[in-house]
Amino acid sequence: MRLVVDLNRCQGYAQCAFLAPDVFAMHGDESLLYNPEADPAQREDVLRAVAACPVQAILLEITDEDMANMVTPDAVAGAGSRSGGAR
Amino acid sequence: MTAAGTHDGALERLKREGRIVVVGASLAGLRAAETMREKGFAGSLTLIGDEPYEPYDRPPLSKQVLLGNAVADHTALPRRRAIDADWRLGVPATGLDMAARRVKLGNGDEVEYDRLLIATGVRARPWPNPEEGALKGVFVLRTRDDAEGLQRALAAGPRRVLVIGAGFTGSEIASACRERGLDVTVAERGDAPLVGALGGVIGAVAAEMHRENGVDLRTGVMVTSLEGDPSGRVRAAHLSDGSTIEAEVVVVSLGAQRNTEWLAGSGLGAGPRGIACDAGCRAFDIRGIVTDDIYVAGDVARSPHALFGYQFLSLEHWGNAVAQADTAAHNMLSESADRRPHLWVPAFWSSQFGVNIKSVGVPPMGTEILITQGSLAERRFAAAYGYQGRLIAAVTFDNCRWLPFYEQQIEATAPFPPEFSTVDRRPDGAKPLPADFPDPSVPTHGPTITLSGYSPADRKMTFTPGR
Repeated sequence: MRLVVDLNRCQGYAQCAFLAPDVFAMHGDESLLYNPEADPAQREDVLRAVAACPVQAILLEITDEDMANMVTPDAVAGAGSRSGGAR
Repeated sequence: MTAAGTHDGALERLKREGRIVVVGASLAGLRAAETMREKGFAGSLTLIGDEPYEPYDRPPLSKQVLLGNAVADHTALPRRRAIDADWRLGVPATGLDMAARRVKLGNGDEVEYDRLLIATGVRARPWPNPEEGALKGVFVLRTRDDAEGLQRALAAGPRRVLVIGAGFTGSEIASACRERGLDVTVAERGDAPLVGALGGVIGAVAAEMHRENGVDLRTGVMVTSLEGDPSGRVRAAHLSDGSTIEAEVVVVSLGAQRNTEWLAGSGLGAGPRGIACDAGCRAFDIRGIVTDDIYVAGDVARSPHALFGYQFLSLEHWGNAVAQADTAAHNMLSESADRRPHLWVPAFWSSQFGVNIKSVGVPPMGTEILITQGSLAERRFAAAYGYQGRLIAAVTFDNCRWLPFYEQQIEATAPFPPEFSTVDRRPDGAKPLPADFPDPSVPTHGPTITLSGYSPADRKMTFTPGR
């Protein structure tokens, strides 16, 4: 499960760090550090983090392996799809 | 689409069965390829990259990876969609034949194209003395392999790390070293860290951040040579002020060089400053004529920006690579009337010493600076840069939620000093200061010769190796 956060877009709301603390962590007051290749076990948490990001800064790619025994595939639809695109 | 009859169907043919080649398989190359497929390109797509890896993200390499929170080989970029491409990885492009529309590869292959996108980016500037640069324990940081090697060297607990150059990458590396509890010296030839990117006023704040976090920061000095032990390991560095620093790990962080050598003699307008292109990302040839079939994007591109006086901007920003790739791919598959200019407002971030630094606009264009919110002493502020009575850029330290406001002000060419009044009491005052950027016409480095004495017998020449 690969992810990238558009940190130009990120404004440090830390929703991701609350919802998926094993993948996202605040570093100081405002900086975000994250694991770009999260463990598949974190999938549900990461999906929540993607959905909760107020600025939609998280782009997530779910691989076929991740899709295996996936509960709600439509949760991914549109997640971060505008990430870093034409602004 | 334009009305039927106004074009010759060439574009439909290109979209249906054309051959697009992308040289450079990193962030810009990948995002451009995705946009091409999104726009309905159904022809053959070839991605050529000199690194043996699929596209990966570089910003974590100087942050998460050096801290040991992420692994260098786990930074592959997520895909927005499948691109069904022929990947040629681990093979550099070595030449371009513009007339025959062919890219030559390092393994002797040639790839033909109808449209070419060049996104070859930059590489770390190596230590100028190759023998010294090859000593064990000397690193640069640009690639996954660099990061992995440096991370391992830091994990071994060296007695001291020397970072040469205090730009963003050098400062982030120093920050990671301190966080790992390592002694670190930073040698910077300018007057302060980040001075080239953000000016002297902000540079002074950056210098305080280094020193408060226990970095041995030396400014106004150059490293003149690196010294190895008999086993070929780096042992010490000699500085222009005559001092010597013993270090087991040396990181050379002297900026980047554009990957354009492979285009030498091709007739394309490529050189050490990158590849010039128009606002639609089409490359210029050396005659200054814009090409129809060759596009550029990312760190290697230089394109005129209408918002900044049509200056050619060369931006080594993550966001620029994404946005410019998108524009280049769109234009490559559009009729000329449907093309878009690359008008992305420059923006970047850096995370160092626990502080989040973010910027919009073009700070080095600024001649004046005003701390508009917060205060320098608190390390939490927003600062606006002014150029000829106009707001041209902004930078925030741990205050990034204000940045979109400044971005909109820059886009609207708002006046400087700003007319809005903020809620802050502004301990730093409401009067703009000189932004204090180094004068680009004065070399900050390079040896000088001074003469003394009057009579020919007394004439003495003194050689000073840099400042």
